[in-house]
Formats: sequence, C-alpha cells, structure tokens
Amino acid sequence: MNFDDDDFELREIQRLEGHTDRVWSVAWKPDTGINGVPAVLASCSGDKTVRIWEQNSIGSFQCQAVLEETHTRTVRSCAWSPSGKYLATASFDATTAIWENVGVDFECVSSLEGHDNEVKSVSWNASGTLLATSGRDKSVWIWEALPGNEFDCVSVLQGHTQDVKMVQWNPSMDTLFSCSYDNTIKVWVEDSDSEDWHCIQTLGESTSTVWSVAFNASGDKMVSCSDDLTVKIWIDVGRMQGLHKNAPWKHVCTLSGYHDRTIFSVHWSREGIIASGAADDAICLFVENNDNEVDGPTFKLLSKKEKAHEMDVNSVQWNTGDKRLLASASDDGTVKIWELVRLSG
Amino acid sequence: MSKKAVDLLKFGIMLIHFVRDIRDPEHPYSLEQLSVLSEESITVDEKLGRILITFTPTIQHCSMATVIGLCLREKLKNHFPPHFKVDIKVAPGSHADEESVNKQLNDKERVAAAMENPNLRQLVDECLYSSEL
Repeated sequence: MNFDDDDFELREIQRLEGHTDRVWSVAWKPDTGINGVPAVLASCSGDKTVRIWEQNSIGSFQCQAVLEETHTRTVRSCAWSPSGKYLATASFDATTAIWENVGVDFECVSSLEGHDNEVKSVSWNASGTLLATSGRDKSVWIWEALPGNEFDCVSVLQGHTQDVKMVQWNPSMDTLFSCSYDNTIKVWVEDSDSEDWHCIQTLGESTSTVWSVAFNASGDKMVSCSDDLTVKIWIDVGRMQGLHKNAPWKHVCTLSGYHDRTIFSVHWSREGIIASGAADDAICLFVENNDNEVDGPTFKLLSKKEKAHEMDVNSVQWNTGDKRLLASASDDGTVKIWELVRLSG
Repeated sequence: MSKKAVDLLKFGIMLIHFVRDIRDPEHPYSLEQLSVLSEESITVDEKLGRILITFTPTIQHCSMATVIGLCLREKLKNHFPPHFKVDIKVAPGSHADEESVNKQLNDKERVAAAMENPNLRQLVDECLYSSEL
C-alpha cells in the first residue's frame, strides 16, 4: 500500500458507551472483521468490568456481554488468546482472570495469583502456549497454559527497578519484551539448555516511563512510546541481516513533537501504519518513508486526529480484518471505532 | 483585565478555597496554615487548557508529599472543567526527592491504583474530611 501520494484521515464510525469509569485498554478478537466474521472487541475499565462489543450485519457495534463480579478493582489490560477462545484480563486486584468464550457466553475458568499487588499487563505468545503478566511489584511472570485450563508459573523475572507497565511477546519468536516506570525496555529469552528465562538486553534510550511497545507484522521492528513524549522505532539487527539469533535490538528513529502530553499507547497495523494515543487527547498515525533507507528506516506523520476523545487516549488498537478499523479507549469512559479513509480530491 | 482573565482568576481563587482547609497528614493544621499552599499555588493556562498546582512540603524530606498531592487531586477532581489537564508538583527545590515525587504524582495509573488502596484511601479521606472539625 502506498501512503505517499494521498491524504488520509481517521473517520469516527461509532462511539461506544457503557463503561462508567475510564477505559484503560481495548483488544480486537483475532480473525474477526474479516471474511464475513463480525468484528469483536473487548474493552476494560476502572469500573472493574470488561465489555465485549460485536459488530452487527449493518456494521454497528453493540455490547454483547459484560464480564463483571470477578475483578474487585480496576481491570487494566485485556488480551485474547491467538485462537480467540480465551480472554485474559489483568487487574489491580492482583489477579489475572482467564475467561473461556463459548458462543456469546464468557465463563471465568481460571484466576492466576502470584503478583504481590496490581497486575498491569497481560500478553499471550503467538502459539497461545505461554502467558506473560507484569505489575507494580516490578516483576514479570511467565505462565504455561496446560490442558484443563491450568496455568503453571514457569518463571518470575526480576530486573526492572520500578513497576512494569506492559509486557508484549514478539509475534514471530518467543522473545518477551517488558517496559517500565524505570524508563527501560527489557528483552527476555529462554535458555534452551536450562529452560531458564533471562534478560539479554536492556534498552535505555527513553528519559521517562515507557508505557507501551508493539511490533510490526513480521516482528523485526518494534515501536515504543513514553512519558518523555517520544515514539521510538527499534530494529532487530540480527534478523535484518538474515541471522536468526538473538542479536541486539537497535534504536533507529525517534518521532518527537507530535504529542505534547504522555504517550500511553502505540500499535502497528498489519500493513505498516503506526498509531499512537496520548494524554493530549489526540491520535497520530505514522508510516515509513520509502526513501532515505541508507541510515535505517525513517518515519513520517500520515495523519493526526486532534480531540479524538474528550480526555486522555489510553489505548489504540488496529483490527486485522478487511477494513482499516482502529479502536481507541479513553479517560472519557468511551471506546471509539475509527476507519482510516482516503480523502477524495 | 478582560472578562476571561477575571473569570480565570476567580476560578483559581475558588480552587484554593476548596483545598486550603485540607489537613496535613502529620499535623493538626490545614495546608494553608502550614504554608503548603498559597494563592500563588495554582496557575491556569486557559489557552492550553492546563492547570498547574505547586505546593511546598513542610520539610525537605516530607514523607507525606505524595499523600498531599493525592489529596489535592482528589479534592479538586470534581471541580476541574473536564477538558483541563492537571499537573501537580512540589515547588522547585522544596523536596529532596523532587523529581521522583513529581513523577509519581503525575503517573495517573499509580494515582488510580493508590486511590483503590484502602489504607491510602483512608489516609486521604481523613485529610480531606477532618477539615470540618
């Protein structure tokens, strides 16, 4: 897709109301919104609930289920398993709940306990066999999914010096990334001999809290965002050079001057568009420049939506289906669905 | 002065009125009595939609600075116009861990988590509501 010649903008499709407190996070169910399968979105909130939204035949999203009376505090983050069968939810109540989705019903089938206090993030690996969680206790936990909805903790990773805001698996290999209030991103891999997990790299280019990281579709590029008001692009040097080993990640590009309050969320669409959501209520979109590849990739602003929400934008997520749909979550208590459209003329 | 500027000034004074009687967590006095807050503590930038509150902890190593900050945010949260962005900081040079206190007070996730913590919640409520005594 060529984004060089045309103007694009985010057009608001729908504003989803129902949460009674700030919405922290949204997650599209995998393989929905494509081939006639209706798009399904989960959102979680300070109101201690999770809402499931499904697109109907005329394209309108409706709340299909409210997952409540399980978490006793804020639900900070939610993540679908790759098959879409399970939804994991991380809560300030120190637990991570696993919900099994059967038809329109969601049943809480497991509760993962171990963190000392607030759990802030949860992420499934690409095969759905491993789950990672992180929290205020500065630790990252790796859990193995076993038959019968059992989850075994296989490792507790210490290394960050402050609370761990987010964990995210690389989409093409079982490498785990964590970002923290200590201003760093850490890269974790499993040692094939000892089966122990350890940190192989600490990325310390940011000057304040790193709130979120995301990967491009092939997993050889990463984007991060921070309270230092920058979006940073990183590349997997080894894979870029055709070596499939754990070579270091390298910082190649910093995007600054686009947001003037904390940037909370970044996400990379399958076709290469980076979305960022921030406390300045705006959403920005960036694409890679096609020229000037000598010193590594460079990126440019494709579009900026000022006042995307009435308050902070906490989460932005691209749907992977037929249309360029983006979901955003905000302190204003709403979720918005956007479509990226080409401006005519 | 333009009408807008006057309104803004009134707004700032109104905010001070709301917070001046908050009790210090460690003293039987209000924040204003302890000079933690004054009328210069609140600045409003209407154009950018920003409110900055700076307070002066009673001592350089005040362990309650973050609690005072939580109290200010909690007390004022229903009085801010919703589109205003609020930063709460200790006055420059007034605290030994200035940078870390400021970072903590403006991390909304940590603030949200703190307000869900029963012990902290109770401490904040005591500061906010004992002022009626």
